[in-house]
Amino acid sequence: MTIDQKTVAKIASLARLKIPVEEQNAVAGELNKILAWVEQLNEVDVEGIEPLANVNDAFLRARPDVVTEGGSAQDILANAPSQTADFFTVPKVVE
Amino acid sequence: MTILQGATGEWEMVIGLEVHAQVISNAKLFSAAATTFGAAPNAQVSLVDAAFPGMLPVLNEKCIEQAVRTGLGLKAQINLTSVFDRKNYFYADLPAGYQISQFTQPIVGKGEILLDMPDGVTRCIGITRLHLEQDAGKSMHDQSPSETFVDLNRAGVALMEIVSEPDMRSGEEAGAYLKKLRAILRYLGTCDGNMEEGSMRCDVNLSMRRKGETAFGTRCEIKNVNSIRFVQQAIEYESHRQVEVLESGGTIIQETRLWDTAKGITRTMRSKEDAHDYRYFPDPDLLPLVLDPAFVENIRQHLPELPDDKRARFITYYGLKPYDASVLVAEKATADFFELVAAGRDGKLAANWVTVELFGALNKRGKTIEESPVSAEALGGLVDLISAQILSGRMAKEVFEAMVETGQSAAQIVEERGLKQVTDSGAIEKEVDAILAANGDKVAEYRSGKDKLFGFFVGQVMKATEGKANPALLNELLKKKLSGSAV
Repeated sequence: MTIDQKTVAKIASLARLKIPVEEQNAVAGELNKILAWVEQLNEVDVEGIEPLANVNDAFLRARPDVVTEGGSAQDILANAPSQTADFFTVPKVVE
Repeated sequence: MTILQGATGEWEMVIGLEVHAQVISNAKLFSAAATTFGAAPNAQVSLVDAAFPGMLPVLNEKCIEQAVRTGLGLKAQINLTSVFDRKNYFYADLPAGYQISQFTQPIVGKGEILLDMPDGVTRCIGITRLHLEQDAGKSMHDQSPSETFVDLNRAGVALMEIVSEPDMRSGEEAGAYLKKLRAILRYLGTCDGNMEEGSMRCDVNLSMRRKGETAFGTRCEIKNVNSIRFVQQAIEYESHRQVEVLESGGTIIQETRLWDTAKGITRTMRSKEDAHDYRYFPDPDLLPLVLDPAFVENIRQHLPELPDDKRARFITYYGLKPYDASVLVAEKATADFFELVAAGRDGKLAANWVTVELFGALNKRGKTIEESPVSAEALGGLVDLISAQILSGRMAKEVFEAMVETGQSAAQIVEERGLKQVTDSGAIEKEVDAILAANGDKVAEYRSGKDKLFGFFVGQVMKATEGKANPALLNELLKKKLSGSAV
């Protein structure tokens, strides 16, 4: 798999990253190096092995269904660039 | 199946539904903030929900249990290993920039829902999967001309996304599916099914194909349909729109459309074409979820009786007609009410009084069964008086109206208004004799073949007894007297 300049432009836009056109080829080169490095893994024979979602030899722990958090709107909003009446406010999102 | 007649031939609808059902739990899916509806803005938000740096999600065990319970209620396969993934997109009410969901390995696999259609046909609709995911926060666009207000109270609340197979062929079936799914969720106690408050939301996938065709056409997804009525209206509109496009030589573009409630139309959502590129990957903050088979078995053992089983029991135990049984089990509260009325009584008679008179009275007053002015015990008392032949059907209706108005018991009303039916054959016979004696000419006409006069005699005796004569007894006596024995 190789990444071209067009792919860089697309994933940058999906990730909301501003990468100027003149830098996109350079970024593509860097990403291709990373991919080539990861692709060494293809040399390992994984025939008959179930794919893993996580390499830890452990399973998910759960907590009881008890409410112990909340009731602190001002703490949650403390770092918000803009707020009104305990709401976060953002530039109008039009659909 | 609804066949749509186009200009160039007949068309068939293919419908699949995606339902988002909010899980009933005290706390959120991955945080310990509360889930109750209608709290003050941002009052139910933890640092996890607001995606503060370094916060880690911890799964709520109740939400797992509710998803498994729902899966079992849908007769579905429970996946003992499932995985949480990140679904990446940017929106102001999604603080982390991703939603924790389940993509390749959902907690519940294939299941089914049976629909009892009004024409007596049973349709089996496949369930593709059910997975757990976080809800987003709420954006309000109408509070200010230049800003959108964001409340994160809903952010992180557990949702079950329940996806159906494209098995439905009409708006009516889609409506029946939603009603049945909602009933199952309510019976199970896993979602309150309240579409107005948004705790159950529906997206419709619809495509059209020519009748007889087996391949599917290109589909559109319709979002924002928040009532069963709107789902049916949206399907009606969208199916005609697609047929028009196809018949005029156009092609359907796979896209997301919005249902515009005010205009009654669907319209294209202005969104970028790559909006659906969610770049899912396993959430590195969460390990795979592995369930103990004993945990699943324990939930299975404690499942309540579900609508299909209840319906079957009502048919065999109470001798109800399948349609009446379907109506009674549609809401658990109605089924419970009916069983209280029917306990130790004539089940068919009880079903009749609940589905005809009580439903009629409730509809007229816009009340739910929980708000019924006549309790199940009181209605049972009325049924007792009918069974004991103290009240005729007609008198019982009058008593029932009075019960609705006054809240008094049937026995009280009968006593106060002197409404007891006359079942003493001697007393009725006396009235019959008097009427026949006073109408000698009509008796002669009847005997010479004018059968229709029978109703006249019944009416006269009823009038004389103020409607209290037992109708069966009266008919019997009248027939006997008129068929020849001397007056």
